[in-house]
Amino acid sequence: MRHIFFLAIAVVLAPGAALAASAENGKAAYVKNGCWQCHGFLGQGSIMTSGGKVISRTEMSLEAFIGFVRNTSGTMPPYRAAILSDADLADIYAYLQSVSPPPDANSIPLLK
Amino acid sequence: MQRSNSPRSDQQAKLDRRTFLTGAAVAAGAASTIASPAAAATTPSPQEQPRPSALPPTAKVAAAEAGTPPALKSQAGKPGSDFMVDVIKTLDIKYLPCNPASSFRALHESLIDYGGNKSPEFLTCLHEESAVGMAHGYFKIAGKPLLTLCHGTVGLQHTAMAIYNAWCDRVPVLVVGGNDADAARRPPGVPTFHSAQDINALTRDFTKWDDTPVSLPHFAQSFVRMYRIATTPPYGPVMMSLDAGLQQEPIREHGEPLSIPRFVPSTPPQGDSGAVKEAARLLANAERPVIVVDRAARTPNGIALLVQLAETLQAPVVDQGGRMNFPKTHYLSRPPSVIPQADVIIGMELSDFWGAVNAFTDNGENGVGVNHSRIKPGTKLISISAVELITKSNYQDFQRFQPVDVAMPADAEATLPALIEAVKAAIPNDRKAALAKRGEAIKKAYAEGRETVKRNAAIAWDASPISTARLVMEMWAQIKDLDWSLVASEGNVSQWPNRLWPMEKYHHWLGRSGGYGVGYGAPASVGAALANRDLGRFSVSIQSDGDLMYAPGVLWTAARHKIPLLAVMHNNRGYHQEVMHVQRLANFRDRVANIGNDLSPLGTAIENPDIEYHKMAESMGWWAKGPIKDPADLAPALKEAVAVVKSGQPALLNVWTQPR
Repeated sequence: MRHIFFLAIAVVLAPGAALAASAENGKAAYVKNGCWQCHGFLGQGSIMTSGGKVISRTEMSLEAFIGFVRNTSGTMPPYRAAILSDADLADIYAYLQSVSPPPDANSIPLLK
Repeated sequence: MQRSNSPRSDQQAKLDRRTFLTGAAVAAGAASTIASPAAAATTPSPQEQPRPSALPPTAKVAAAEAGTPPALKSQAGKPGSDFMVDVIKTLDIKYLPCNPASSFRALHESLIDYGGNKSPEFLTCLHEESAVGMAHGYFKIAGKPLLTLCHGTVGLQHTAMAIYNAWCDRVPVLVVGGNDADAARRPPGVPTFHSAQDINALTRDFTKWDDTPVSLPHFAQSFVRMYRIATTPPYGPVMMSLDAGLQQEPIREHGEPLSIPRFVPSTPPQGDSGAVKEAARLLANAERPVIVVDRAARTPNGIALLVQLAETLQAPVVDQGGRMNFPKTHYLSRPPSVIPQADVIIGMELSDFWGAVNAFTDNGENGVGVNHSRIKPGTKLISISAVELITKSNYQDFQRFQPVDVAMPADAEATLPALIEAVKAAIPNDRKAALAKRGEAIKKAYAEGRETVKRNAAIAWDASPISTARLVMEMWAQIKDLDWSLVASEGNVSQWPNRLWPMEKYHHWLGRSGGYGVGYGAPASVGAALANRDLGRFSVSIQSDGDLMYAPGVLWTAARHKIPLLAVMHNNRGYHQEVMHVQRLANFRDRVANIGNDLSPLGTAIENPDIEYHKMAESMGWWAKGPIKDPADLAPALKEAVAVVKSGQPALLNVWTQPR
């Protein structure tokens, strides 16, 4: 995986709780738990599997992110705490935030 | 009966020799004294230790051993299979993709020797599924069906999925299965294992028609009839069981010379004039009409007609992609998100009208999914679909039942000229300004949509494995100046070619398999590339890993018959749809999916070991390279591969990609 820099960032989990999340651990959890299957290895998504939703560098808060993963909008299968802990989700969130921003499409000759 | 007689003749020769030796030993024993019982107990019997005879062979045996056998009689008269070739040749069928089998050996021999291996030319296939898949892809370019022959039982069983794909994709394929029907005369053993009462039963649920001719005049009628049925819209595969005896026996005219019926194509069914008028009234007076198309364009003219209808109405067109229906560069080409805004929707040759206006969420609640309507209450629905004319019962390709307000069981392309004229007549003069305004709004949305697509394509642009958007655009850079044809796009690359390439011509996009039977992409792309070769076009395919491995021998067929094709692999190292299905079920059951040492749930990954597709292709005569994992390596490899294909050879690039 290129052009990814890993950060250790402090994030707030459930109200009142604080943990240091690891983007590196998050990358491993993202792959191991199958997030990549629908969202791609960099969270780029697909119109066929994520409704076009891009989750790399998501603007959702961590709390909203965890809430969505637990309950989803129906289309995505939920990951409940029994199979993916809040700590793992915090790491995954950190990983998604660590993905480099995409280049400007107009700077890519093939997309002009 | 050469196949069965040869072993029998060998066996007969051995028996003759054995009889001779036994006779010689007995004669020698008779000339000596009779042995005592004790001596007999220790002396090997003549059968255990035959001794050479000192006696000369009889004249008959000597002739059998060393003389010239008497001349065998040739088969008298013209074989029935030669007449069958006469019939086949009247229909100008260019190729015969086929895996050989004894049950049609007589017709095979007649085709290549009596028929000169022209119209049709035999193309050696290594699997019957490949043969039908090739015919499927060929038709989508050439607009003409191919014939394939197969063993009536085991060979037909191999073809079945490919025939089902052709049925669902409304593509004509002529399938003839050899069958040795006469239980008293056919050879025992293997040929009898490979015979059946009614081979057509296997495919009857997904063919338009089948027959079992019992005479040569019957064959002539049935072959021309099956060709006409297959090529009358709605198209579809047809099947014939052809008796081995009928092929092999000489022609016997029973007082009337054999004749071949003349083929005259049937006209496609058009929509009822009253229904056309009512549909036009609804569309002309709609505030937000939407046109949804799947296999509406059967020919390039279908695209032109759809453009005319859409521009007349200034209505967005949602192309579901069963065929190349509408230019992607036209501002009226819009995504399915316009459907919920519609007040009138016309669906043309939709394989699933229900799915166009409803959504199904596979959320696993109580083990089942949830349905949602995607349209407003009161939205008027119009359907034109010829498939209603050939609906069968068993296989569920007819999808869920969707009530509509105007239903025309008719061919969309054939109905479009009348519909366009009716719409023009029905648009009130005072609505023309509103229509133009609607068109301007759609034009603006189209331009914004293009920018969004490009922004999304840029995400993960430099990723490894390579993003599907990057894969598709690197391909585009190398083929854009050629007369290109994307002959198959399998394995799901997030529809990037349809979203990013300026698809305008009918041969730019051929749709998909129809029945979603995996294994279509490789043979269909070779078949379509064959048709494109004859037209001087450049064929390119996006070839997925799982699809290729069902019957990879079709790569050899492409090399053997010099069919140029650029196959760029979307190698995501798994049956990715199944990867997601198993993960989904594990999640709903609150279980961690067992991935073992793979990336995906056990049983869904194609890794450990990784298949070296490039080496496999090379072994079958292709130019190939891979695995390519760094996007920077893609352009130079593609450049080389394009040069190879332009020289007339097939080329494959094994590219490791993101999942979708």
